[in-house]
Amino acid sequence: MTLTTPTTRTEYCVIACAEAWRDNGEILASPMGPVPALGARLAKSTFAPDLLLTDGEANLVSLDGTPEGWLPYRKHLTMVTGGRRHVMMGASQIDRHGNQNISCIGDWHRPTRQLLGVRGAPVNTLNNPTSYWIPKHSTRVFVPRVDMISGVGYDSAEAAGPSATRFHRIPYVISDLGVFDFATPDHSMRIVSLHPGVTLTEVQEATGFPLAVPEEVPYTREPTPHELHLVREVLV
Amino acid sequence: MTDKTMTPDEVISRLRSGMTLGIGGWGSRRKPMALVRALLRSEITDLHVISYGGPDVGLLAAAGRIRKLTAAFTTLDSIPLEPHYRAAREQGTLELTEIDEAMFMWGLHAAANRLPFLPVRAGIGSDVMRVNPHLRTVTSPYDDGEEFVAVPALRMDAALVHLNRADRLGNGQYLGPDPYFDDLFCEAADTAYLSCEQLVDTADLTKDHTPQTLLISRHTTTGVCETPNGAHFTSCAPDYGRDEAFQRHYATTPYAQFAARFLSGDEQHYQSQVQAWHKEQQ
Repeated sequence: MTLTTPTTRTEYCVIACAEAWRDNGEILASPMGPVPALGARLAKSTFAPDLLLTDGEANLVSLDGTPEGWLPYRKHLTMVTGGRRHVMMGASQIDRHGNQNISCIGDWHRPTRQLLGVRGAPVNTLNNPTSYWIPKHSTRVFVPRVDMISGVGYDSAEAAGPSATRFHRIPYVISDLGVFDFATPDHSMRIVSLHPGVTLTEVQEATGFPLAVPEEVPYTREPTPHELHLVREVLV
Repeated sequence: MTDKTMTPDEVISRLRSGMTLGIGGWGSRRKPMALVRALLRSEITDLHVISYGGPDVGLLAAAGRIRKLTAAFTTLDSIPLEPHYRAAREQGTLELTEIDEAMFMWGLHAAANRLPFLPVRAGIGSDVMRVNPHLRTVTSPYDDGEEFVAVPALRMDAALVHLNRADRLGNGQYLGPDPYFDDLFCEAADTAYLSCEQLVDTADLTKDHTPQTLLISRHTTTGVCETPNGAHFTSCAPDYGRDEAFQRHYATTPYAQFAARFLSGDEQHYQSQVQAWHKEQQ
């Protein structure tokens, strides 16, 4: 693909994911999934050079894979509780206040579909910024209420008290249709931008709850030619 | 000093039905699979398994040996959902204590340190609290007055772990990138059994490797056995990676059919059947 080819939807998603780590400083970017991973590498290659990345095992690595540190799971979990990390997790379900589910579908006591389990979502959400990447935006994922709260949303953190809200933050939810945040008075999900080609109706129909909509809905920004070059020819 | 070497079957002969059993490794990484296979050859059942779950949980669940599981996840890593664990959950055949990865770690630390619990900022606000009504919180006695989950100690009757090398005294060495939590499992257990790729003389452990690779100390181990390829089909870096083709076969074959071919004999039978299976795929 040459640089004159129009920007694809996936590339807008990569740009949106990269933007989540802007101005994050010297912290660990923990992307889960290929699009967030490319986004994190793009951010580090351009506007967020101080980010730390892992090789997916126990090494902290530079962009070319050179190890610069050791981060086995036990230290990784301390990095979480120390707060020097911004993770972008997946979500099988997510609701209006950012509660996320990766554990199971249906009644937890006897699920209709067992998924991964809560994994580190409870500790992530209470301790370090936790964003979400959802590759296929639909009413199956964006639901009124999740079946098993794994990642803690704003309303649940509020109800749990000050030790839950102290470090709780969900900067962004990024899907194949747009970018969302919780910068509303009641911390309900708001549209930040739509990816070019996506209509407001389309995203509302694919969301199982009302979204806060700003007066003017911007489009996700265009990649620069340098970013497109990196995404298409260097980082892949 | 005590020579703790034993066979996998001797390890399993020391376990009993109803025990709480910790299993080391993480997901589909460095699982003590030869010991799990030996356990499957026994009649031991009704287990409370504590594990960062992988195919160890899948196999034991499929064989109906797990009464209760304590876990934060069960996964094959490259295959996100463990099929036998899924089936067990969806059929309601095992009791689950589902906690977060960090809660799990602090539960191990509590057990290793002979503490009833340790506080952790995780769990509150999530449904981990709803599905575990036994979990309690604790308020900081200092000025901050913060409230945390008091993660109960994950004390266990026995632990099974697999490392790259060990000596006959029960000192264990890992040579891969991640120790996982195997040392904590051994410290959290009343008895701990260590399988390894290779038994070596004590002096050979540090001939080519730093002392920091000596993860497990003999005072925490009860028995040690040499089980080459004993983590198969999970990874055991740097000795071998995960056997992805075989793991796919495991994940897509009904358990009875898989067990009939691969688990009907001893460990040598298993390893030779795996080799034969790979030849058939060529």
